[in-house]
Amino acid sequence: MISVWIARLRRAYVTTSLAALSLAPMTALANPEPWQLNLTKGVTPTSERVHTMHMISLWVCVAIGVVVFGAMIYAMLRFRKSKGAVPATWNHSTKLEVIWTVTPIIILIVMAWPATRLLVDMAHTDGSDMTVKITGYQWKWRYEYVDYYEQNPGIGFMSTLHVDSNRVRQVGSGLDPKSVKVGDESTYLLDVDNPLVLPVGVKVRFVITADDVIHSWWVPVLGWKQDAIPGMVTSAWASITRPGTYRGQCAELCGKDHGFMPIVVKALPKDEFERWLAEQQAAKAAAAGTAQTAAPASQTQG
Amino acid sequence: MAHAATHDHVAHDDHHDHKPQGFIARWCFSTNHKDIGTLYLIFSLLMFFIGGAMAMIIRAELFQPGMQLVEPDFFNEMTSVHALVMIFGAVMPAFVGLGNWMIPLMVGAPDMALPRMNNWSFWLLPVAFGLLLSTLFMPGGGPQGGWTLYPPLSLQGGNGIAFSILAIHVAGISSIMGAINIIATILNMRAPGMDLLKMPVFVWTWLITAFLLIAVMPVLAGAVTMLLTDKYFGTSFFNAAGGGDPVMFQHIFWFFGHPEVYIMILPAFGIVSEIIPTFARKPLFGYQAMVYATASIAFLSFIVWAHHMFTVGMPLGGELFFMYATMLIAIPTGVKVFNWVSTMWEGSMTFETPMLFAIGFVILFTIGGFSGVMLAIVPADFQYHDTYFVVAHFHYVLVTGAVFSIMAATYYWLPKWTGHMYSERWGKIHFWSSVISVNVLFFPQHFLGLAGMPRRIPDYNVAFADFNMISSIGGFWFGLSQLIFLGVVVHCAFFSKVKAPARVWEGAKGLEWEVPSPAPHHTFSVPPVLKPGMLAHDDVSH
Repeated sequence: MISVWIARLRRAYVTTSLAALSLAPMTALANPEPWQLNLTKGVTPTSERVHTMHMISLWVCVAIGVVVFGAMIYAMLRFRKSKGAVPATWNHSTKLEVIWTVTPIIILIVMAWPATRLLVDMAHTDGSDMTVKITGYQWKWRYEYVDYYEQNPGIGFMSTLHVDSNRVRQVGSGLDPKSVKVGDESTYLLDVDNPLVLPVGVKVRFVITADDVIHSWWVPVLGWKQDAIPGMVTSAWASITRPGTYRGQCAELCGKDHGFMPIVVKALPKDEFERWLAEQQAAKAAAAGTAQTAAPASQTQG
Repeated sequence: MAHAATHDHVAHDDHHDHKPQGFIARWCFSTNHKDIGTLYLIFSLLMFFIGGAMAMIIRAELFQPGMQLVEPDFFNEMTSVHALVMIFGAVMPAFVGLGNWMIPLMVGAPDMALPRMNNWSFWLLPVAFGLLLSTLFMPGGGPQGGWTLYPPLSLQGGNGIAFSILAIHVAGISSIMGAINIIATILNMRAPGMDLLKMPVFVWTWLITAFLLIAVMPVLAGAVTMLLTDKYFGTSFFNAAGGGDPVMFQHIFWFFGHPEVYIMILPAFGIVSEIIPTFARKPLFGYQAMVYATASIAFLSFIVWAHHMFTVGMPLGGELFFMYATMLIAIPTGVKVFNWVSTMWEGSMTFETPMLFAIGFVILFTIGGFSGVMLAIVPADFQYHDTYFVVAHFHYVLVTGAVFSIMAATYYWLPKWTGHMYSERWGKIHFWSSVISVNVLFFPQHFLGLAGMPRRIPDYNVAFADFNMISSIGGFWFGLSQLIFLGVVVHCAFFSKVKAPARVWEGAKGLEWEVPSPAPHHTFSVPPVLKPGMLAHDDVSH
């Protein structure tokens, strides 16, 4: 009997969540939306597990809250002097005190177990097929593709706040932040000139550092943030499952323009990514060629 | 001759309860715990309004997307100085003021153990905050790197940082001296029969807090001194280019910073443990458990510091240790909450303003505790860290926690201090206005953080606009509500006609209610004789 009910509940849950998924537009999965209440599920297997962990701890807290606040509200309604309540004189109960010391311990262990497993998996940056070096500067990011299937693509570029956002964000610009858009999406302060382009379905390792002060590299849909610290190299990894444009921001106060150094990750299917990479390499080679032919000329002139 | 004259003078004061004549003699040279307590409380209220004005500037700029009012670096100054002023200038001195006023009255001591040092502790504070606030008017401005002063950022910019560091040193010396005074008073000056395990919980929580202060304020002093030498004397403690480590600062800072968090909440636990039994007319549930829970929280506060820095790239083992240790804190804190609820159970409750604030404290502090447990889960913290979710969390524990307890304490003991009753009607208006607006202010910040808004940014994407506007409206409303508080306190002190009895509240127990209201300038010159039923906790069988 009970198992039938559980099965029905489970079916109902699956149907409603599927309905919610199909109704929501694609952007709902990725970037912040007006009136958004909850954490994103993200676009990596890790970020989905982070979301699940978040929901577990949230519901545990809600459940405890309902019990504790329920008891308080009941007490406040019932045991009022105005209703003629006569105070009791008891002031301890060893049994109760043992119960409410041991129960939280059990609940915490139940929460700590999946958290530990997830944390261990998040720490495994080995076995990646691609490495990107990220360097934080005041107030921009540098991305260098240092390894792609054991080849060094030799591509690197700076990524700064998009000029449209930059114009609007000046104090007293009088321009409307709502006017900054890419298609239908409001991208004010969340758009850059050169996004970090990544392939879908490849385990990417990020090695992260900073040049001047501490920054923090955060794209919510990847499920984590990692501080970028001068003199230190830290690492993290992600394996993106869906193509798309994913937005984030610097998350560690880094001075005047801390709020104005966004992060954009453009995830492409693997073949498109490789095409993009080849284009970049060709462009770089062409630029190097021009520089080489120009160099002797400038020497003779000098 | 001179000695005899002094002696006569002292004896004269004792017998006739004369206050020193003249404003300067009474307030500037005061060695009286009540007057110094009053000074602390007035100073703290002033800082509360100064820090609050900065919060209003922050919320005004964040009212809608786009930069309308201030430059980003001034915004950063506001967030940094708002925190420093509120933590070191408002909350900590308020608790020291309450301790000064109430601890000698609660343990039956004639005054603090070290009255001249008490005077010095207080008068260092205006110096410290004069220095700190003066940096706002210096070339390069005040600190802009956050109250946490993380290098290398905090060392960029002007020489204001040297003044800020000196201000922190001076405030730290004041705190350490205050703590020594409180420990000396509690351990040496209790009335005969006032055993440690009969003391009021407020006195217990302050005793433990004072040990925390002595343990960690020197650590902060060390950290900021290293910042100073890194900037001015060519050292490289935190400078990676010179072989130092910027993360080491964070470890040292938070080794101070986490106990500091409990310095600001343990006395609040004590206050609430005084107020709830009074208005429930029922003894505090689990007195000894409360004391032991406070001590456990204090111990745990020393081994959880790195949960403020889970994203710096610590080794996996370190992150696991700090996650488990942090989760443990939920247990003694839970014991406290359950004990408060049990104290209310089968009581006979009335809901005067102190009780309203105490109940508001229990519910809203617990909400802050819940988000604290969520933040302890490291993989989820990788998302929450440095977002508005954290801002919401610590404002729930600090505003609806620490600040609400200070307001509860003020309403609870104000009649004892002034000899007059405050306006219950306006006290209740203040409570309801504050408790609604503070939730309008901080609750939406949970959503903002989860949706992806980082903290300490002056401008944001339009997706965050709606909740920011709601939060700002709540902020202005909460700020204005505090003018009601000011009005109630001023009215009670100078204009109220309603005389307060010695035992102001029907269910109140403890020595502070045995002396008249207002408490005479000198109390317990002769140690009180404890009688059965006089103390709240004279049955130590539990």
